[in-house]
This record gives sequence, C-alpha cells and structure tokens, in this order.
Amino acid sequence: MNKILSTPTRREFMGGTAAIGSGLALGIPMLYTTKNAVAAEVSPEIGVWVVIRPDETIVVRIVRSEMGQGTLTGLAQLVAEELECDWSKVTTEYPTPGESLSRKRIWGSYSTGGSRGIRESQEYVRQGGAAARMMLIQAAANAWGVGIDQCTVSKGIITNTATGNKVSFGQIADAAAKLPVPLPAQIKLKDPKDWKLIGKRIARLDTRGKVNGKQIYGIDLKFNDMLVANIKECPVFGGKVKSFDPTQALAIKGVKRVIQVGDTAVAVVAETFWLAKSALEKVNIVWDEGPNAQVSSESIAAILQEGLTAKDAFVGNKAGDMSTALASAAQKTESVYFYPFLNHAPMEPMNATARWTPERCDAWVPTQDGEASLAAVIAAAGIPADRCDVHKINLGGGFGRRGAFQDYTTQAVLIAKQMPGTHIKLIWTREEDMTQGRYHPVMACKLTGTFDANKNLTGIHMRLSGQSILASVRPAVLEQQKGRDPLVFQGVADAGEHAFGYTFPNLLVDHAMRNTHIPPGFWRGVNANQNAVFFECFVDELAETSGMDPVAFRRKYMENYPRNLAVLNAVAESIGWNTKPASGVFRGVAQMKAFGSFVAAACELSVKGNKVKIHRIVAATDPGYAVNPAQIERQVSGSFVYGLSALFQQECTVKSGRIVQTNFDNFGSMRIAQMPKVETIIIEGGGTEWGGIGEPTICVAAPAVLNAIAKATGKRYRTVPLKNHGLTMV
Amino acid sequence: MTKININGKVHTVDVDPNTPLLWVIREQLGLTGTKFGCGIAQCGACTVLMNGEAVRTCVIPVSAITNQKIETIESLEKDGQLSKVQNAWVQNEVPQCGYCQSGMIMATTALLRKKPKPTDADIDEAITNICRCGTFQEVRAAIHSVAKS
Repeated sequence: MNKILSTPTRREFMGGTAAIGSGLALGIPMLYTTKNAVAAEVSPEIGVWVVIRPDETIVVRIVRSEMGQGTLTGLAQLVAEELECDWSKVTTEYPTPGESLSRKRIWGSYSTGGSRGIRESQEYVRQGGAAARMMLIQAAANAWGVGIDQCTVSKGIITNTATGNKVSFGQIADAAAKLPVPLPAQIKLKDPKDWKLIGKRIARLDTRGKVNGKQIYGIDLKFNDMLVANIKECPVFGGKVKSFDPTQALAIKGVKRVIQVGDTAVAVVAETFWLAKSALEKVNIVWDEGPNAQVSSESIAAILQEGLTAKDAFVGNKAGDMSTALASAAQKTESVYFYPFLNHAPMEPMNATARWTPERCDAWVPTQDGEASLAAVIAAAGIPADRCDVHKINLGGGFGRRGAFQDYTTQAVLIAKQMPGTHIKLIWTREEDMTQGRYHPVMACKLTGTFDANKNLTGIHMRLSGQSILASVRPAVLEQQKGRDPLVFQGVADAGEHAFGYTFPNLLVDHAMRNTHIPPGFWRGVNANQNAVFFECFVDELAETSGMDPVAFRRKYMENYPRNLAVLNAVAESIGWNTKPASGVFRGVAQMKAFGSFVAAACELSVKGNKVKIHRIVAATDPGYAVNPAQIERQVSGSFVYGLSALFQQECTVKSGRIVQTNFDNFGSMRIAQMPKVETIIIEGGGTEWGGIGEPTICVAAPAVLNAIAKATGKRYRTVPLKNHGLTMV
Repeated sequence: MTKININGKVHTVDVDPNTPLLWVIREQLGLTGTKFGCGIAQCGACTVLMNGEAVRTCVIPVSAITNQKIETIESLEKDGQLSKVQNAWVQNEVPQCGYCQSGMIMATTALLRKKPKPTDADIDEAITNICRCGTFQEVRAAIHSVAKS
C-alpha cells in the first residue's frame, strides 16, 4: 500500500555530516541546509502533501513513521479533512528523507518519538490538505471562468453552483498542480466543530497486510543479490575487538565473509541469516573489555545512592523555600525509590539493509526517524549526502529504540561498504537486541515531605539521582543548559508539556546527574515513567501521613490545574472511588501530564498470597483533540501492557560490565492471561496545544497499581520490578 | 535434501537438517509472514500449524517435520478471501505494529478448530504469544467474535 518514492533527485549540501538529529522536543537546530532544490519527479502534486492520480486515488504523503501507533491513518485523516476528498480513495506514501532534504525539508521533521507524530505536525498537514483543496477549486473556477465563491466541494467533486457542472479532483489535478501553493497565512483551517473525519473512529489504512502476512517489515526484505549478516558487538559497552579467528566460520558452506565492523563488532555475512548466525557462534572473538568490565548493578546503585544526598544538583522545579520548610518541620515523611534499566524489546529485532558502491549508498531501514537514519548512512558511507538515501520500512515496534539511535543502520552500511555493490541485510538476534540496547535510564529518588504540628503538608523535596539521556545522546543540548538535563523532570517540570499538576507551599525538585557506561535511551514514556512512580506513590504516602483519602488529598493541591483534576475526577468517578469496593478488592489512582496530554488511571485489584489480580483499570486521557478515538483506546490499553510488563517482570541488570538479560525468558512480557480489562475515557479539552497519545498513559499504569497493592497488602514497594518482591501478575 | 509439505505443496530444500523450520520457511521458501522474534520459543511470532497444532518453528529442526503437514499464515487467505479469524482481526482492528499477529492468528486458528466457542480461560491457556504493542484486549474480543459468528 505504501509505495516508496524511488527516484533520487539531485541535491547539494552545505554543513557538516554528523548532526541531523531526531530533533527531540527541544528545537535542536538542523545543521543541513540545501541549495539547488529540485522538484520531485512524481505525478501531479497538489501542494506538497497531496498527490492525485488520474484514477482519483488520493495519495497523502506521510513522513512520520508508522510503528503500530496509528499515526499513518491519523495524519491522513487530518489532511483529508481539509482536502474534502473521498476517504475511500485515500492511500499513503513515504517520501524519502533524501527527497525531503533536496527540497529544503519541505515535509518537516521525520522524527517519530515523544508522541509527536500527530501533535507536532497537525497544523501544517491540515494546511497542506487545505492548500490542495484551494488549488483544486481555483483550477475548476478558472476552467469554468467563474469565481471560487461559485464553487462548492464535497467528497472529491467540485460543483459549479450556478450551472450544476461538476468536475472531479482527478480530472482537474493537472491544472491545479500548476497553480501557486497558498501560503499558510492565506489558509483558514476549519473550526473543529465542522470536522467530519477528525474525531471519527475511522478504520486504520494498514490492517489487511498485517493479518495475511503480506506486510513487509525490514527483516522481510529481499533483493536478488542479497546476503544476510549477523553481528556481535563487544558485550561490555566501551570495549573493543582485540582479535578474532574466522577459520571455523569460513569453513561452513554458504558463509561469505567474516569481518570486523568498526572497532567494536564482528559480523558474518552469509547466504542466509541462519548460516550467518550459526557461523558467528563459531568465531572465537577476544574482546578488549575496556574500563567498564567491573561495573555491576551494585556499583551503579552505590553511585546513585551517593547522589541522593549530594550537595550539588540541577533544579527542575521550585516553589517557596524548601530549606525553611525542612528546618521548621514538626514531622517528616521520607522515602527512597528506585527504577531500573529496561530494554525496549520491540517484537522485530533490530535490522537494516544497505547497498554501498563508491558512487552511492542506499539503506532500507525500519526507523522512527528517517532523517536520523540518513545522517547515519551519510556518516558511515563516506559519500556526499546527495548520493545517499534511506527508504523507510514499516516497523515491527519501535518504542524509542529506533529513532535517535541508528547504530544498527551504521553497522549495516559499514558491512555493505566492505562488500561493494551487494545488498546486505543485517539482522540481530534477540540476544544482541537485549544486550545492545539503549536502556530506560536508571534512577533513584529520595522524597521528603514536611508537615506542621497539625499534620498539614508544608513542602516536598524530590531528589532524583541517576542517568541523563541527553548527556549521552545530545551533549550539545546539555551544554546550552549549563549541564542540566531538562527531560529528567518530565511530569514534575515547572511548565510545558510535562508540567507538574500540583501546587505546594514549598517544593524543590532537583537532579544529581549520575551517568553510567550503560547507554540510556528514550524508552516509551521516557522519564515520566519513573517520575510518576516516585511522585504519585509518594503522594499516597503523604496522604496517609495526613490521614486523608488519596484522591481527596490530591484534589486539595490540584485546584490550579483543572485539566489534571478533570482526568483524575473522571477515573475516580468511573471506578466508583466513593463506593466501597467488593470484599478483598483494593483501589489505587495516579495522574500526570506527559507529552502534552493529561492522563490518569484508577485500578481495582486483589492480592492472594503473592499473586496480584488486576480486575479493572479505568484510564482517562485529555490530549486536547482526539483524532481517532478507536486508535486512542488501543494506545491506552496497550500502554498498560507495556507499563505493567515492566512493573511486574522487567529489569536489565549489570554484571561484569554487561547486561545480564538475554531474551524473553529472563526479560518477561505480559501474556493475554494477565491482561486486565481497560476502559478508556477520552476528554477533549481543546485549546491550542495538542497532546500525544502513544506514551503518556504508560506513566500512570505502574503507580496506580502500586498504590492499590499498598492498600491491599499494607506494604509499600518502592523498588521495581515486583518480581524481586516475589509478586506475580495473574 | 529434506522434503517438507508446506501449505499443501511439497518442497525439497537443501539445508543443514538442524536448520530451524522458521528459517527454512522464511529464507528457503520466501514465506516471510512467519516472523522471527526470540529464537527460543518464548514469544510465538513464528507460530505455524503442524498437523493442525500450533507450534513454534524457531526451535523445530527441519529434519523433524518430514511428512508433517505445515500451514503458514499465507495459507489462510484463499482467492483474496480472508479466513474467519483474519476477518475478525480486521473487524476488531487488532493489529498495531502487526509483527506478532501472524503468530497470534495461527495460534487462534488452531484453538478455534478444536474449540469453536472458547471460554476466556481457554483463550488464556492457548494464546501465550507476546505482543509488545499490547493488543490483547482486541485479540480476546476478536476471538470471541469469531465464536459468535
């Protein structure tokens, strides 16, 4: 269904080669600029987002990546809404990142992380749909010699209201394509109350190929001359290849090459994956494990522990004077929490396909950020940017692993470079995927609540101690921030898309940055995950000290945050917070603002022995606008699978400098038997800021359940996963 | 040379007899609807039917399946008509990324052939595939919808 534009066009670049970023949410400047942009050689393009074929097919350009979250369909809905086309004629295509660069990044950012696929492109893609409609109407009006006020449009048919004459989009597309594209200032978008496609439960465009085995993922690619590679990186991050003996591997029929990849990895290239994998096991690799070979989970925990009371820390949020509140407290509640490393573990292991010649390099990548992939290709290929391109393939899951981190793309190109002219498909084993991740950052947190003599809360100090993703991934951003990582404060920040939803008389949230050699990454939900566990569990602890109900306690401090309050109230009402639960059943709640959306969860569970049964979850989300409620429901219920799998079963531990967990047998993931019933409440709070969907809910999944478990057992679990406390989910 | 019967056709393949059936299906026969997820029979992405039973092909050597009747995801759609299970998947919009769904659908197909009206407990026992997107709520609804139809 998604045809890949295949014609590379000429382009030239100024500037460096290393810095096309995935952008993050921070407006990182793009170092590339282009000159001599050349228009794409494709059939009638009406504006830049819409192509209309003579058979009336409407092709909507999509540059964000589809990895299951439904953004492909949502973005098409946004364009089609303004275009006034016939939805049944809509299909999609991915312009290549190289094509985009050659046209001055006319389609904007390709980055698909931070739940920004819809929210950060909604305005310009709607404008793109509107621009195309305006051009089509103008072309029809010109043909009829009438004003545009005499034309109406519906479902891809333009009508001359005076004569009743009609013309279809397909018939007038060629003429429309020749007209100037209206500027954003000339475009008036529809009032949301007039939306016909946005907000509807429209079926996804990409389902059929996912039920009949026909959708091609990166791992499925085939080229006639293709060879397959399997790779092993030094299991200790920071280590290198010392030596390797390829003799036994090369003796296997069908094995073509055993090669070193960069300083840190060895790959086998063979006729098939199975041969490459089997042969790689026979390569005796000696590693120089480098300076980190003695690092363990225990040594990392000790570093984090030190940070909990360290003098220096970066401030993320502040109100009043916490030091006075601490000095004058009649009573204090103090707790220390811990959140582990986690692997993304998408179902499709990392893979990429590349073909290198001295003249040109192309890569086929399941990527969350086509531009980041292209930057990796250019850097690894050593070929000017105008002769490199990336062809995006749908992803078998991403969850943040396949965006900013293009290590697998770089590897594929480096291997292909050693075998010029041949398509090389690099596929990782699950074991490689588990041990060469970009892990959810490890974090400890000490929370101190202060009370006056009447048990009134006077202040909270939240001290985070642990990793910074940006320190590892975007050091330049840290430099601008004088060493501070603003993302660490997601959900407890002083303002913005991750703003804190409470007002306390005194507050200090600060971060003692303690980095490790284990590379951190953007794991679906990112830093909101641990911050919600830390803060939303501690709020329950404070409520208990105050002798108050957890919901009533929250409401007391949420008056200034009506949208946070609205989602909290929605889940409390739906779960029946004010009624007595069934015997043996206990409830918990949590709320947060993450990725621009307000989210809350309430759950009911029971605990028998060490078995936790979650009976019901209610989740509310206010993303401002709900483009496709059916897909939002799926993202919300799926968020509980991702979040609760981690809560109960997942952690990556470190021994001798390497990650211990290797596969789904020791890094468990929820099955259908454990899936609780999830009910989703969507609140459309409107406004000018749109919120994300794919990630926000994950952060409230764990604390809502932890708070209910504390009620059920009388025990407060402050370290996760719960398997370490003997608890299992049934 | 190993003879295997896949989707009603007998193929002869020249591979090491220890090669897992998964990789023969994907690489020798080019049927890529069956997916590689873990390689240790944990995730179920590689599920196919062997004589009607759902099996995980990533740990079955190809030498072990001579004379067994194998059905892959590609066999379910006949002349452009999706199977009942596949249709239920479309109607319930089950897939997110879709990567695990071939395995889910094959496991469900095996379950429903044996138990056309499974209980929730039957589903919990038979469907043990991993889905990282978290489509379980829709998977369950889809299975029940086939049973009702």
